[in-house]
Amino acid sequence: MNAIRETWLVFRHNTRIALRQKAGIVFGVLQPLLYLVLFGPLFATIGTWETLLPGLLAQVALFSAGLAGFGIVFDARSGVLERLRVTPARRTALLLGRVLSSSLTLLVQSVMLLGAGYAFGMRAPLPGVLAGLVLMALLGVGLAALSNAIALTMDPDAFAPIMTTGVVPLVLLSGAFLPMSMAPAWLDAISRATPFRYVVEAVRDLFAGRYATWTVAAGAAVTAGLTVACVVVGTRVFNRENA
Amino acid sequence: MIKTSGLSKTFKGGVRAVTGVDLTVEAGEIVGFLGPNGAGKTTTMRMLTTLLRPTAGAATVAGHDLVTDPRGVRRRIGYVSQGGGVGPFDPVGEELELHAMLYGMRPAQARERVAETLERLDLAPLADRTGGTLSGGQRRRFDLAFGLVHRPTLLFLDEPTTGLDPQSRAALWDHIRRLREEDGLTVFLSTHYLDEADTLADRLIIIDHGAVVAEGAPAELKGGTGTLDDAFLAITGRSLREDGEAAASGARGAA
Repeated sequence: MNAIRETWLVFRHNTRIALRQKAGIVFGVLQPLLYLVLFGPLFATIGTWETLLPGLLAQVALFSAGLAGFGIVFDARSGVLERLRVTPARRTALLLGRVLSSSLTLLVQSVMLLGAGYAFGMRAPLPGVLAGLVLMALLGVGLAALSNAIALTMDPDAFAPIMTTGVVPLVLLSGAFLPMSMAPAWLDAISRATPFRYVVEAVRDLFAGRYATWTVAAGAAVTAGLTVACVVVGTRVFNRENA
Repeated sequence: MIKTSGLSKTFKGGVRAVTGVDLTVEAGEIVGFLGPNGAGKTTTMRMLTTLLRPTAGAATVAGHDLVTDPRGVRRRIGYVSQGGGVGPFDPVGEELELHAMLYGMRPAQARERVAETLERLDLAPLADRTGGTLSGGQRRRFDLAFGLVHRPTLLFLDEPTTGLDPQSRAALWDHIRRLREEDGLTVFLSTHYLDEADTLADRLIIIDHGAVVAEGAPAELKGGTGTLDDAFLAITGRSLREDGEAAASGARGAA
């Protein structure tokens, strides 16, 4: 049996479980939705919805795919992971299927968020939004792979408190809520050292209908590079014995 | 069915958990694998099931080389770990279908095989239940179903009845015996219970300090007059019963 079929089987299984637990999908997007509803109108007085939504997308990516490792903690504890590791399925497929499913969840959440954005008055062009979603899906794969790797490496009890705290500065430094061009120099410098800023800025350009810009190119390159690096790390950790 | 020579595992940090295990298991045998806590039972079991890579030695398991062809080994063995592998939230029947398909079965074949396996283990009415709603004995039988759904030729059971009530234990023993009789399945089981080893196994292998220290049929080891307890005490200098109780209470504590 080939690796693609194995990945597909694991993906389908995990997706079925995720869709069954609808509350989990809604809960993952709840925080950005609250920002959209309770902070968005305020932001819209000085900025635009097309500037805010890309930031909220980065937030949902970090809080949803970034915390995907929760699932693997449960599976490791209940012995499900070890049971799967004794099947002939490739370990990479076991990881990728799971990670792709997390990415799909993120995509669904992103679409929910964008739907609400349009309802509140966002006017982003469809091609730009679709391109933004492609970046989100890619980012979701990378973040979920990294999150799984961290979950398998770290003390499972520490995972939740450390990760839920750790993603907050990443969201803030991405310039999700206010563009980093408004930041003082030191904050701007730190922000440039985090990958998500480039993604957010690229998606802002896309939502503004500017496609062939250096910002978009940089955002796409950072997203792709980050995803590849995270998947490599994730695979390595997952293939390790005892992981 | 299993042949190892000098199988060893030294963990990072220098702990030598298994120092050189030589053992042979013939097709169709039920072999009991005994040893005090920390003797290297679980480490050996995890090496034989491809979950840990040996640091030295060689082994052929179910006709495939453990080190060079772990996927070949995985295809032909079933493994039921100590803690089991039933997730608490998902319908167990669905999990079983995925499990079967990861062995290369088509959906229809997987469904058929799952139904057949559940039927055999008297689990058919419980297929739609989630793991969290099952009793300990039912969950253990589902663990067995995961180990059997792809019809392995060799089944590894790591302390299959720890924590089960007497009735569930007896039921599980019956299932294991029937599998051997009907399918010629080879069973390699580790256990803390001497009565389990005595009634179920054709042959016992005793491990201590990371190496095999004795083997033979239960009757041979008992030497005619003594009990298996006495034999175990004489061989390892420790009573398995104390260890077993300590482990059982430890498992309860962890659960």
